[in-house]
Amino acid sequence: MTDLHLWLIPLVPFAGFLVNGLMGRKFPKALVTTVAIIASAIPMIQVATIVAKFSSLTLPHIENIGTWINTGTFHADFSFQLDQLTLVMLCVVTGVGFLIHVYSIGYMAEEEGYWRFFAYMNLFLFFMLTLVLAENFLLMFVGWEGVGLASYLLIGFYFTRDSAANAGKKAFIVNRIGDFGFLLAMFLLVQHFGSLSFKEVFTTIAAHPDWQGGFLTAIGLLLVLGATGKSAQIPLYIWLPDAMEGPTPVSALIHAATMVTAGVYMVARTHIIFDRSSVALLTVAVIGTATAFLAATIGMAQSDIKRVLAYSTVSQLGYMFLGCGVAAYSAGIFHLVTHAFFKALLFLGAGSVIHALSGEQDMRVMGGLRKKIPVTFWTMTAAVLAISGAPPLAGFVSKDEILYQAFVAPGPGKILWAIGLLTAGFTSFYMFRLWYMTFFGESRAPREFAAVHARRDTKLVIETEPAQKHHHEGHGVHESPKVMLIPLVILAILSVIGGAMGWPEGLGGGNWFSHFLAPAVKAVHMSYEQATVALTTTGQIANTPNESPAGSKQLEFILAIVSTLVAATGWLVAHIMYYKRPELPERFAAKARGVYALVANKYWVDEFYGAIVVTPVLFGARYLLNVLIDRGVIDGGSLAAGYTAQGFGALVARIQSGNIRSYAGWLALFAGVLLLASYFGWTAHFWAR
Amino acid sequence: MIPIAWYLVLSGILFSIGVAAFLIKRNIITVFMSIELMLNAVNLTFIAFTRHWSQVTGHLQVSGQIFVFFVMVVAAAEAAVGLAIIIAVFRARNTLNVDQVDLMKL
Repeated sequence: MTDLHLWLIPLVPFAGFLVNGLMGRKFPKALVTTVAIIASAIPMIQVATIVAKFSSLTLPHIENIGTWINTGTFHADFSFQLDQLTLVMLCVVTGVGFLIHVYSIGYMAEEEGYWRFFAYMNLFLFFMLTLVLAENFLLMFVGWEGVGLASYLLIGFYFTRDSAANAGKKAFIVNRIGDFGFLLAMFLLVQHFGSLSFKEVFTTIAAHPDWQGGFLTAIGLLLVLGATGKSAQIPLYIWLPDAMEGPTPVSALIHAATMVTAGVYMVARTHIIFDRSSVALLTVAVIGTATAFLAATIGMAQSDIKRVLAYSTVSQLGYMFLGCGVAAYSAGIFHLVTHAFFKALLFLGAGSVIHALSGEQDMRVMGGLRKKIPVTFWTMTAAVLAISGAPPLAGFVSKDEILYQAFVAPGPGKILWAIGLLTAGFTSFYMFRLWYMTFFGESRAPREFAAVHARRDTKLVIETEPAQKHHHEGHGVHESPKVMLIPLVILAILSVIGGAMGWPEGLGGGNWFSHFLAPAVKAVHMSYEQATVALTTTGQIANTPNESPAGSKQLEFILAIVSTLVAATGWLVAHIMYYKRPELPERFAAKARGVYALVANKYWVDEFYGAIVVTPVLFGARYLLNVLIDRGVIDGGSLAAGYTAQGFGALVARIQSGNIRSYAGWLALFAGVLLLASYFGWTAHFWAR
Repeated sequence: MIPIAWYLVLSGILFSIGVAAFLIKRNIITVFMSIELMLNAVNLTFIAFTRHWSQVTGHLQVSGQIFVFFVMVVAAAEAAVGLAIIIAVFRARNTLNVDQVDLMKL
């Protein structure tokens, strides 16, 4: 067996984290940059070599580094696994991760804590790569928690700002709820399988075709709870929009391209459990669809450019969940990949816009930037087209795949498809809204905007930086440096051509991506009878081909046209409202004030959670636990014990007066008592005998 | 032949005088002397019982007398140490009143 040294992939960024984290404060900036970039480039190169020899490997390729926990019958190892799914994730994480590292050199150039930023970024890569490479649930959980930690650190990067610190805490705490589900799922797995290894668990399930639902549903639902936390789905999506307090490259890497897709990856990775539980699977689909729809509606009324993108991310993650929920895991993963391209690009582009405007994030004061920052404009355009579902860009292909799979799925598939389609229209609308508001029309910025607007996102002071002086003419808007633009261009190219990997069969393609992933994530759909037959005749369960009903190519073609039309409608509405007649949105908002307020205020979900969860918990913590239990019972109990001892001691201490005659008096008194007792008591007792 | 009860009564009277003096007197020397008085009252009891016990059994019984020697040795040692302490206290505090020597309290 060839040894790929998979452990090196996560460990190299970890080394980068250690070097920069421990000594970076004293390093010159160039050295920090070098360390961080090398630490993110080596894994990418290693993944590239693995891709090169991937076809010669026996899959899944498992490498065991050593024993971690070994107690009686249960053991968990440091073991890494490589299969098609892992490879795809590795490519995304290392590729996009590397590009964003490069971008950050430019974006973070003027920031304080430059070394800290790159140390955290490398730490994030370490945990994320551990997450996708892990061969058992426990090691995956380490990565799972670790990316949460890195996310917390990076959201709170500007920790002197209260809102950033709070956003970090919010993300961490909300994720804890999901992690709780993940933990319970692991406990159930240990109880039922005595193992947390993917291979052992999945082999055991495969060997028992009669296991349907039951405890597998419980495990599945708990895993979904974990996934909703990490992947920002209903009911735990609320942390992601606030996470935009972090620096923009962080939003691009962690809160768009990689970490938030961990939930989707987890569902695809454990799809064998979900295949056995239609309830859990339906839950995934419904959660995904509802989230996609809800987040898209919220996204239509936000004015902060990064918040629009944040809700868009939540919405797109909902699509991925929908894909997984209709057992089209490869479609979900495909959307994950293309989304990583165009959403990272959108965030980086937004970062470039913010950079150009010296920290301004409000789209209402942007506008007319098309000519001033052309590279950003064109790359953003590619991303907007991709996410809106314009053929033949990447987003169109992957989103259509999901919608198509939802359409042909049994059960409520058609309803999910319809909502998904509507959401696609919304997506197109709010993305073009962002596009028009940012780049077209007249600049709505006050003249001296750099002075007027507090720089909220960054503390960039480009004007005073000599190295980049040539980037701006006079005051104000300026294109970003090359080190930021090159990642944009690469991602734009990927966003445009990325769809070719999975070009659908209905449009004359081969859907290579789906076939590539099939061995790892192909849904095993079969009834109990089929499975028993398959098991007895072949000795193992053959994957029954999950091909769609006959004539599906035409259907796929028709659906593609329908969704393209819907996307075009979304564009048209945005075009009219934000380009042709910019006064329309306000009139519309005034007319439908209720709906507008509902959406603009994000359905008051934060307030709702605040009222039903946060306030009672705080009340309980402050009054019940603090005042009553802590100060009342615990403090009171120990104080009472102390005071009792003290009082008793004070009482007894009076005996020790230091006066020798007093001592003698006590002694004589008790000697007399003893004498009397011995004379009357004991003697009487003796006589009584 | 004097009955043993007489010895015991005498011993009791001596011991009671010692206790009373110990409780009442303030002069530390007197207190010290009352201790000696109590010790010797006990010695008298020992001797009386030794003699009585020898007469009852017809053999010479010496354990009580041995005890008396121990008491005398301890009393001598105590006298030496005690007087040394008294001298030290007197030098330090210029008084022999036990009520004024009460520093060993909380």
